[in-house]
Amino acid sequence: MKTWIAVFPAILILSACVTINIYFPAAAAEKAADKIIDEVWQLKDKATPDAKLIEEKPATK
Amino acid sequence: MMKKLFSILLILLATALAAPFASAAADLEVNTPAISSLKNSMQTRHGQLAAHYASGAIGLTKDGLIAMHDANAVPLAQRQSVNSLIAAENGDRNALYKEIASANGHPEWQDEVRSTFAQRWVQKAQNGWWYQDGGAWVKK
Repeated sequence: MKTWIAVFPAILILSACVTINIYFPAAAAEKAADKIIDEVWQLKDKATPDAKLIEEKPATK
Repeated sequence: MMKKLFSILLILLATALAAPFASAAADLEVNTPAISSLKNSMQTRHGQLAAHYASGAIGLTKDGLIAMHDANAVPLAQRQSVNSLIAAENGDRNALYKEIASANGHPEWQDEVRSTFAQRWVQKAQNGWWYQDGGAWVKK
């Protein structure tokens, strides 16, 4: 009986940890997406090509 | 008896806590044959789609797909073939998101993979291309 009182909360905590463990790796997914998009759209140069274009665009008056 | 159980639980707890840090550093698996063939098919199709992105005929949707944005930008005679291109591209994109999620052992990640891609497609789109921001079409 005593054992169960100690074990039950521990099982709860453990299952919570397992739940945390299957979180979505957002940074890795972004990296993977960038790699695939670069290939599909053949954006060979690593520097973001649109960053330059945005700067060159005159500000709206 | 209790002491032994407690130490076993402690070890399990430590392992469970350490696991996310280990996997956080890892890359997602994207080098499966299925993903490669989808990439190739999309890359080839992009040659036909690029002009339609630029003309505004096709835009990037918020769910990581593409859609007709301005049908008038396409001559009537070509509209059917553009629609077929859109359908084929969306088929590949849906398959790609599904495949990435399951290649990493988490089919339930599909929607998160999709929304990650939705953002990155827009981020990497050329200026002048259209994309959905919330409910509205926006020109980049």
